[in-house]
Formats: sequence, structure tokens, C-alpha cells
Amino acid sequence: MNAATELARRHRLRWWEALPWIASLACFFAFPNYLAFATQVLITILFALSLDLVLGYAGIVTLGHAAFFGAGAYTVGMLAMHLGWNEPFSGLLAAALVAGAIGLASGLVLLRTHGLALLMLTLCTMALLEQAANMGAAWTGGFDGMPGLSFSKILGLFGFDVLYYRSQYLYALAVLFVCFAIVRTLIYSSFGQSLTGIRENLLRMHAVGAPVRARQVLAYTISAALAGVAGALFTQANGYVSIQAVLGLERSAGIMIVLILGGYGRLYGAFVGAIVYMLLEHLLAKAYPTAWQLGLGVTLIAVALFARNGVIGMFDALRRRLDGPA
Amino acid sequence: MSAMLETRGLCKSFGALEVARDVNFRLERGARHALIGPNGAGKTTFINLLTGVLPPSRGSVLLEDEDVTSLPQARRVKRGIARTFQINQLFRGLTVQENVCIAVSERLGVGGSMLRAAGRRADVLDEATRLIDMLKLGENAGRRIGELPYGRQRLVEIAIALGLQPRVLLLDEPAAGIPSAESHILLDAIATLPKDIAVLIIEHDMDLVFRFAERITVLVSGAVFAEGTPTEIAGNREVRSVYLGTALNA
Repeated sequence: MNAATELARRHRLRWWEALPWIASLACFFAFPNYLAFATQVLITILFALSLDLVLGYAGIVTLGHAAFFGAGAYTVGMLAMHLGWNEPFSGLLAAALVAGAIGLASGLVLLRTHGLALLMLTLCTMALLEQAANMGAAWTGGFDGMPGLSFSKILGLFGFDVLYYRSQYLYALAVLFVCFAIVRTLIYSSFGQSLTGIRENLLRMHAVGAPVRARQVLAYTISAALAGVAGALFTQANGYVSIQAVLGLERSAGIMIVLILGGYGRLYGAFVGAIVYMLLEHLLAKAYPTAWQLGLGVTLIAVALFARNGVIGMFDALRRRLDGPA
Repeated sequence: MSAMLETRGLCKSFGALEVARDVNFRLERGARHALIGPNGAGKTTFINLLTGVLPPSRGSVLLEDEDVTSLPQARRVKRGIARTFQINQLFRGLTVQENVCIAVSERLGVGGSMLRAAGRRADVLDEATRLIDMLKLGENAGRRIGELPYGRQRLVEIAIALGLQPRVLLLDEPAAGIPSAESHILLDAIATLPKDIAVLIIEHDMDLVFRFAERITVLVSGAVFAEGTPTEIAGNREVRSVYLGTALNA
């Protein structure tokens, strides 16, 4: 098979790509008592997927991605609380627009820098939003956030129930599916290929005439909008929003850990990372309520030492070894 | 008649260090021109000034009489100036095919296209495959750059530059690292370029320079030391004493 045919084959939809979605649907029936947890996993996958677009594909290292998750979460919260706008889908759209606008505005400034300066500035952007949410208590609820939010039925048929999460789970799954389709299309497109080029060699991308910064800003904006959708889903599914839950370094660093665990720049790394991270967190917290973070730390050290490309990278390496030299 | 690429009084300083000193240079349409000089003469800096990687301290760069001095690198590429690098600058985690596809996509203006899978763009894939075959890289097309020997990577550098279909092609030591048994691939590739493309080559391999070039400029300490046909340069005693003597005897 020649390289061009191989590239075309890699970009085609493969049969096993249906498996995560079939498994997700199966979970709905198999684990009805864990749907609240599973909904959080789906939201985390979407958030990690949005980060993967900038970190894994465009090579933009950020510690402030929670800014966009928070912006989306607060957008639907404030719309529902103050304007009575609680229709779910249009709420998601509004969250995407607000988070995307913040991504565009901050990206135009921040992406002039790189390395440590960029890392610090992304963190500062998130800290600014965190403080804004804290200080604008009249709109945001301040430190206490906005509890007890209610949203209208999905498509006028399925109500949100914070006790059973059946609707929330299917709703989050549908939104994740649509967002995943968008991300998949993007990364396999010429645009996605050029983002990978930017990550791999910035100097060369300039030398082939690519408008590097415009592409980075665009990717950053799209990623911010997707993170905003994830944040909005969080608010809608749980019926509340607060600074501790949606903003802060812990949220930003946590999602980076998810991606490192799963494998960044690998599309399905977000899925694997989110499941592994949240299962570990859940099981360790249950077994060792006071020292569960120790177990997570040990796992991370093991991944950093022995599986630098995450769980998916580990399987890739194994598959290459089994296939033998090309 | 206007030159394809011209510099007028081009200067570049880093503090007190002058790396380009009042360089007046003409690259004619369809030229096969070589730029030679000892290490540290400012040859790569000169290429960086031509391509917009570095802004000059003074002077101007003209492409077919149009002043492009203030244009950023990407826009100069769009106007037809392409280059290779002295040290490979490739997408190491991607395959040879993907490396060349990225360049071809940018030239065709589809690099920002978001809807169609890159693997389904027959126009891009076909052209990339043609260039890869031209440089005898066909059997390596599906391999990642990091898995290739350095010499093969040099050929990918050239394939990427050719994928931009330049009007001016600047080759910075293209033969460095290519085994002598494969250097003919490079020369064959250059020989098959359309005659209206102007090629400027920086090279230390004098055998290659004298086979390739119709005109040679010698750069010493950032300034033009001599210019002429290969015969004139080879017969220039001063050039032999500052550079060629050692290079030809090496």
C-alpha cells in the first residue's frame, strides 16, 4: 500500500470507532446507579478533547483552560438565574459563543508569546476570570456560586433530574458526540494537519508560508468554545455553578493530567484519560478517603516514567512491537 | 531587465557585530547561482535576510523590482521565495508524505481548510507523491522523518521546498549529509526544475558548486568579496587564497 493510500485510509472512519459510543450507550442500561458519575466522565472527556485540540495538536501549552470551562458554566448559570433563559441547547450555544469570544480576545494577545511566558499568561487569564466571578457576586453569586438552577426539558420532553441523571447522561452523550465529530473532522482536515505542523516545527511552518499565528488563534478560539460547551453541560447537568467547581488551577491542571494519562494529540486520549483519571479518583477516594491523591500521584509518576505518550501511546508502542519493523 | 531577486545595500548588525555589510546582489531569472565563502562569512544570515526570517538593519530586498523588505516570511513564500535549511527543519513526527503534503496544501491555499480530510485531497496527494518519486523517496514515503537517515531527510527538505513551486529557490547546503552515492539525486532534481526558476545554492562541496553554478558570488565577513563565472572565480587568486585554496585542496 503506498503512503498516499495509507494516509487516506487513516483518515477514513474505522469500524472500531463505533465502540466507545456503543459502550457509552451500554453503560446507560448496565449501570443505571452510576449515571451521575458517568455524566461527569462525559463532561470531562469533552473538556479534555477541547484541550487536546490546542495542547496535543497545536502544541499550545496552557494552564488556563479552566477559564473557558468556567466562562461557559457561568454563562448558562447567569442566563438561567437572571434572565430566565433556561432552554438547554440555546444555552450551550450561548456558552460556546461567550467562551469562544474570550478565547479569541485572549488568544490574540497571549499567542504572541510562547513557553513559560505563555504558560503564565494563560494562568493569569484564568485567575482574572476567577476573581471576576468572585467579585461580581450580584451576577455570579460570588464565592457561594449559584445553587439550585433549573433548566427546561430537553426538546420539551426530557427533564433534568439531579437525583437520577438519566436525561443528563444521554444529553451529555449526544453533545459529546456532536463535538467529537467536529474535532475529528478538524484534526484530520488540512487545517488539523497544519496545526500538527505548527506543533512539530514552527520554523518550518513559517517557511512554507502558513499564517501560523492566525491558525493558532483560530484553534484556540474553537477549543475555548468547546471547553465552554463542556462547562455549560456541567452547570445544566448538576444544576449549580461555583468557583471551586468550574474555575481554578486545580480544574486546569486536572484536565491536563487527564490528557497526559490518556495520551495527548491522539484523539481518543481524552476518552481513555478521563475514564482512567475519574475511576482512579473515585476508587482511591473510596478506599483511602484521606490519602487518595497519593495514589494518583504515584500513577502519574509511573506514566511519566514508563508511558510518556499515555495509555494510548503504550498500546501503540506495543502494537508496533508486535508488528515488527516496517 | 529586472532581476528576479535583488538586494541593495543590505546590512545586518547584531550590536557591534556586522554580519551583512552593504550587500548588493542580483539573482537573475532562471539563474543557477552559488554563494560560497568560509564558515562564518554570513551566507545563512544572507538567506535569512532574503526570506524575512531576519529584518535587515539597512537596505532593501526586491523581488522582480517589488520591495519586499517589510513583508513577513509567510508572505514572501506566497510571492515565490522558498528555501531549505542548513540544519533540517522537518516535521519529525510525521511521515515523508505528510511533510510534503503540508507544503503543497499551503501553496494550493487549502492549508486552512477544515471540512475535507487531508487524506482525501487527491490534488495534494498526487503532487506530493510526484515530488517524492522525483527525489527517489518513494520507498520511504510512509515512514516518519525521525526514522530516516539524515541524507534522506535532506531530500525531504528539498521536496518540501519544491512543493511550494517557487520562483526563487534558496538551497542552504543541500548536499550536506547526503552520501556521495546519492548526491546525483539532488543534482538530477535541480536539473529537472523549470528553467525560469532562479536557484541560489550555498554549498561547501566545490565539485557540486562548479557542476551546478553558472555564476558564483563569494562572501567573506558579510560582504561580497568577488563575483563571476565559475572559470573567473576558480582563476581568481585572491579567492583562492581566502577560500578556494583550502576548499579545492580539501
